[in-house]
Amino acid sequence: MLTNEIFEKLKSEFGENILECNDQQPVDHFIVVKSEKLFEICHTLRDDDDFLFDYLMSLSGMDLNENLGVVYHLYSMKLKHKLVLKVMVPKTDPKTPSVERIWRTADWHEREAYDLMGIEFTGHHNLIRILCPYDWEGHPLRKDYQTPESYHGMKTSS
Amino acid sequence: MGELKRLDLEYNQLTSDKMRLNVGPQHPSTHGVLRLEVVVDGEIVTEVIPHLGYLHRSFEKYCEQMTYVQVIPYIDRMDYISAMNNEWVYVMGMEKLMGLKVSDKVEYIRVILAELNRIANHQIAVATFGLDAGAFTPFLYYFRDREHIIWVFEKLSGARLLYNYFRVGGLAADIYDGFKEDCLNIVKRVRKTNEELMDLLILNGIFIKRTANVGILPPDVAISYACSGPVLRGSGIKYDLRKDEPYSIYDRFDFDIPVGDGEVGVPGDCWNRNIVRVREMEQSCRIIEQALEQMDMEGDVKELVPRRVKPPAGEVYMRAENPKGDLGLYIVSDGTDKPERIKARGTSFVNLSVIPEISKGYMFADLILILGSIDIVLGEVDR
Repeated sequence: MLTNEIFEKLKSEFGENILECNDQQPVDHFIVVKSEKLFEICHTLRDDDDFLFDYLMSLSGMDLNENLGVVYHLYSMKLKHKLVLKVMVPKTDPKTPSVERIWRTADWHEREAYDLMGIEFTGHHNLIRILCPYDWEGHPLRKDYQTPESYHGMKTSS
Repeated sequence: MGELKRLDLEYNQLTSDKMRLNVGPQHPSTHGVLRLEVVVDGEIVTEVIPHLGYLHRSFEKYCEQMTYVQVIPYIDRMDYISAMNNEWVYVMGMEKLMGLKVSDKVEYIRVILAELNRIANHQIAVATFGLDAGAFTPFLYYFRDREHIIWVFEKLSGARLLYNYFRVGGLAADIYDGFKEDCLNIVKRVRKTNEELMDLLILNGIFIKRTANVGILPPDVAISYACSGPVLRGSGIKYDLRKDEPYSIYDRFDFDIPVGDGEVGVPGDCWNRNIVRVREMEQSCRIIEQALEQMDMEGDVKELVPRRVKPPAGEVYMRAENPKGDLGLYIVSDGTDKPERIKARGTSFVNLSVIPEISKGYMFADLILILGSIDIVLGEVDR
């Protein structure tokens, strides 16, 4: 299925929770959705017979200046089609539903996005840091991140 | 002498406390700086909690401060066992973003190098897996052979491990005279050693007893955890990007995709994951032979390399079949000569996340084997 066909079908089911479909991009087309109904949308994407996206290739956190974003790259092993799904959350309250119960690979990906970008995934069973030390402060991949001068008395920059 | 006192013990009423053990981060059998917190009941593993990040080098943060060309050496350092394959994914993504089409000669050289590196990676994987099971000799045999592949890479790029050889639109240097003969010699060597190793290691009774029926990964769990590469194919799923979504020129070659078929043990156990790697080496040899035959030696490999890499604004998700599974790179460009964001979906990172799921209920010594059969590189897990 092409991205705009998926967009039409999702639109008929979820209405205004599906925001836009960008097929003007030079390379990858994507769909932007609202974060409120994200869990239900992902559930439909995995289980509906027309979609069957059973394989979450990647989950990336993004810093979009005013907002933070999460990008889901989906693939279907049975139907061999792909989809890029995007969600935007405000930087002041970066909360979005966790999809860990739909694709279990999302567990570590979401922990990584929380660790490096500071996005909070509600409903995640164990949302702790994964790459940085557990007591690290701040979220390093944000554009306005300031590297701390020391960590436990060790200098962090030369 | 007094009468011997009989001890009457009610064994089923004995209780034991669970013990928390720490494996790593500095331990040879964790294949790098990985720390596993293991809860054991006697010798049975009940819970595994991996702690990552000991090799975290902020790859993604550094990428945002560098130009597109400067990223290539950093990509090498992710999966440092198969650096050629890593570079290839990146330059392919950039070429897709910029709309470049590289010449046939470049494609053939890239395929040959990628397949040679696949063989080198699988040799290390099978060798260290044997080492985990207590077989030392195969390790020496495979490292002896791998040296010949490394020599070819050294002659081409000047480096033995981190090559920095691929360029957006081409390659850093042309191949040398005698490249063809070197490759054919390697193919001959790899086949001979693999034949020897079948008897010595793979079909050895002790090895089978250690690895068959251990760490079984069912196919549906493998897909839910988004496993890829030999870990997924070991569970019997025929999924290989070189066939399913042919990139570059893979549609021109005739090769098979080996899967774990349960010839020994059951599909999805350690033995089946390992045999996929051994069989893949043979398929790589076939691809190399066909590529060398079809390749045209004329042409300039640096002809299309742009002076400045400045892609238009846009984004691309590129993935390719690396030796360990599919490596995905999500590259976002804002139209300048520095990337806005590069996200790497590390193959080993995703494959490792299945460890807590499949190692429950096995012996502690089997946990080391399960970890070895997944074939991780910590440079890619922590990035």
